[in-house]
Amino acid sequence: MLIYSLKRLLLAILVAITVSFISFSLLFLAGDPAIAMAGEGATDQDIENIRQLYGFDKPVLVQYFDWLLRAIGGNLGESFYFKTPVVHLIAEHMPVTMTLGAMGITFALSLAVPLGVLAAIRPNSIIDRIALLISVSGQALPSFWFALVLVVIFTVTLGWLPASGSDTWLHFLMPTVVLSYYAAPAFMRLTRAGMLDVLGSDYIRTARAKGLTTKSVFLKHALRNAIIPVVSLAAVQFGFMLGGSVIVESIFALNGAGSLAWESIGRNDFPTVQGLILVFALIYIVLTFLADVLNAWLDPKIRIG
Amino acid sequence: MRKKSLLTGAALAACLATSGVPALAGKSDDTLTVAFAKQLENLDAYSATAREMIVIARHVWDGLLYRDPATGEYLGNLAESFEWVDATTIDFVLREGVTFHNGEAFDADDAVYTLNWVSKPENGVSNQGNVNWIASAEKTGPYSLRLHLKEPFPAALEYLSGPVVMYPNEYHAEVGTAGMGSNPVGTGPYKVTSVEAGKRYVFEKNDGYFAGPKGTAEIGKIVWRTIPERNTQFAELLSGGVDWVWQVPPDQAEKLGKKFSVSNESTMRIGYVSFDSAGRTGETPMSDIRVRKAIAHAINREAIVNALLKGASKVVHSACFPSQFGCFQDVAKYDYDPARAKELLAEAGYPDGFTVPFFAYRDRGYAEAIIGDLAAVGISVDFGYLKYAALRDKVQGGEVPFQFMTWGSNSVNDVSAITSHFFSHGKDDYALDADVKTWLTTADTSIDPAVRKENYAKALSKIADEVYWLPLFSYNVNYVYSDELEFTPYPDEVPRFFQARWK
Repeated sequence: MLIYSLKRLLLAILVAITVSFISFSLLFLAGDPAIAMAGEGATDQDIENIRQLYGFDKPVLVQYFDWLLRAIGGNLGESFYFKTPVVHLIAEHMPVTMTLGAMGITFALSLAVPLGVLAAIRPNSIIDRIALLISVSGQALPSFWFALVLVVIFTVTLGWLPASGSDTWLHFLMPTVVLSYYAAPAFMRLTRAGMLDVLGSDYIRTARAKGLTTKSVFLKHALRNAIIPVVSLAAVQFGFMLGGSVIVESIFALNGAGSLAWESIGRNDFPTVQGLILVFALIYIVLTFLADVLNAWLDPKIRIG
Repeated sequence: MRKKSLLTGAALAACLATSGVPALAGKSDDTLTVAFAKQLENLDAYSATAREMIVIARHVWDGLLYRDPATGEYLGNLAESFEWVDATTIDFVLREGVTFHNGEAFDADDAVYTLNWVSKPENGVSNQGNVNWIASAEKTGPYSLRLHLKEPFPAALEYLSGPVVMYPNEYHAEVGTAGMGSNPVGTGPYKVTSVEAGKRYVFEKNDGYFAGPKGTAEIGKIVWRTIPERNTQFAELLSGGVDWVWQVPPDQAEKLGKKFSVSNESTMRIGYVSFDSAGRTGETPMSDIRVRKAIAHAINREAIVNALLKGASKVVHSACFPSQFGCFQDVAKYDYDPARAKELLAEAGYPDGFTVPFFAYRDRGYAEAIIGDLAAVGISVDFGYLKYAALRDKVQGGEVPFQFMTWGSNSVNDVSAITSHFFSHGKDDYALDADVKTWLTTADTSIDPAVRKENYAKALSKIADEVYWLPLFSYNVNYVYSDELEFTPYPDEVPRFFQARWK
């Protein structure tokens, strides 16, 4: 188990380094960052000053290692745009994104698990089909479109919910629904498949033979086992939601880390983009690593295989 | 069971309807809520470069001068009067009795401190073009100063009435750029009372504002919200969360016009097509004037304006925005005439047309309309649509023979901010015409308006005759706002809320 965990940890670190290097290099393909920073009316001298001030005249590899060494020491540089440390910016914006992610994962599980259980109890029934329809719709609807539909209904038409801002919990309702609706289908299918698998096993037959109630069989015996892979998937999906909140945060003006990433890309604020990519990648990698270890702990076949 | 569910739903609905949704803004609480898409880096007038910061700066600070947007006349603002001593020296007499929002009195020490501070590149003013013409300032009395320019620069008055605003010397020396960015202090008609970085700013009317050319603000409070997504801005407008939005696309402005007031105004930005007349990219058809004229006749600028830009946009013929000082209008004009375009191409040896690289960085729809017009006369293009930084890199590297670009002149109402930038043999110059450069230099460095006008006219005429550029159209902005608001937009694209009134 320890060797398996160490192998996965090493792999996770390699993935983190690769992701950070690729993202660092890709940003330079969008044009000379000094020109982008200097703006439309800048003179050649202005651009050259910026190039030297920020070290853009050095080779990309040198710039990358400089940045990586500082990052390991907890210094992600200073935002070109805000002129404040990137670490502070991320710390300032992350709570909104974490709140949204936590609400999103909770909502997705609350929607998907009951639907998955219902679908498994009556496979190929009308309930199963409805659950499938809900799940397919969740993945088929583009999130920006779904967000705008919700805004039109709940803000413009009914006037119940605010369309933008993050001042109260009500501001988070529509973004949560949009973010989680896309993630719910995976949970639902996994719950359904797990439940079907478990319901056909010997110990469930034994439980039924002992005369336990259907509710007890489904919820206490079957669901507890079927939900284990869902929990490990939830860890990964949570990381995905943090990264995937970019569009949702922009639409609802939530001013979280996702929105910060989106805006920073537009204004070529490289230190902020690089810092955010690194933080998002690390969160995702850590969650994936924990999910791997959890799965291996639960299922010896994984770590032996 | 069903009854219980319905009741629960109704209760939830009632709960939602009464809690959390922001109170409606507007006339009743004398609060104007405005929405902008751009997140500002801070509120320091000299380090934030976005247009939104120009808007805020006009409300929170004052310059020595003020250009009347209606007449274009330069009026005294924090200065009562000014006088050109010679081509590089201006004397100012300052207004007395003005105080900053923190109670500090405004005098020559503040103005001299600000002008000297911004003139030093090491102090990091982001847009150096706004201040790099200043040599130094010296105090000549408690309320008078002398400003020295590095070289003759007639557009100085334009900058002194716009981006060069006066800071309180004691406060700025104490808090620096960062402090000014988070707690700005100026003399302007509105003072900043709350800053939630990147989200919301609150401005309250400065009751002690002096009787200057900006007039007295009437609206008590302005709440500035950052809402990046345009559709969300519209939703907030429709639900009463905001009172004013801008940069609304024409089709949406038409729809919103049924419920709200809509104003449309031209901006100083113009679109243009530039050709490699000088052959910087090697031998291309663009170095032949007949080809350039053919393209000028092939593009239906009127149709693009009517179908796509709409509003106050107009076809422009001279390589500048019409309101800019020196923007001579009586230049050669090229009407839409595809038959004439084909004749010119045949004369130039391209009866079957040719293929040429063509680049753009914004307004893809307009670029595609141009491509369609060119195809109709036999010119096909290899279209490259790049980010601004990438395209500017290529343009300045001499790699672009044919391009659709735009230029906003940083809202500077003077031809030196556009024509001189592109035709004075800099990296953006694809004409490299010695005569044009000489005329522009003469105009740029003379303080005699007649000399300036005469030389700009010569340069602009030759640019049009030789079709170094094909100016296309001016841009416009739609402003959509509450019916209760009286608001006047101006072509410099700087909304003036201090002039707005409730009806």
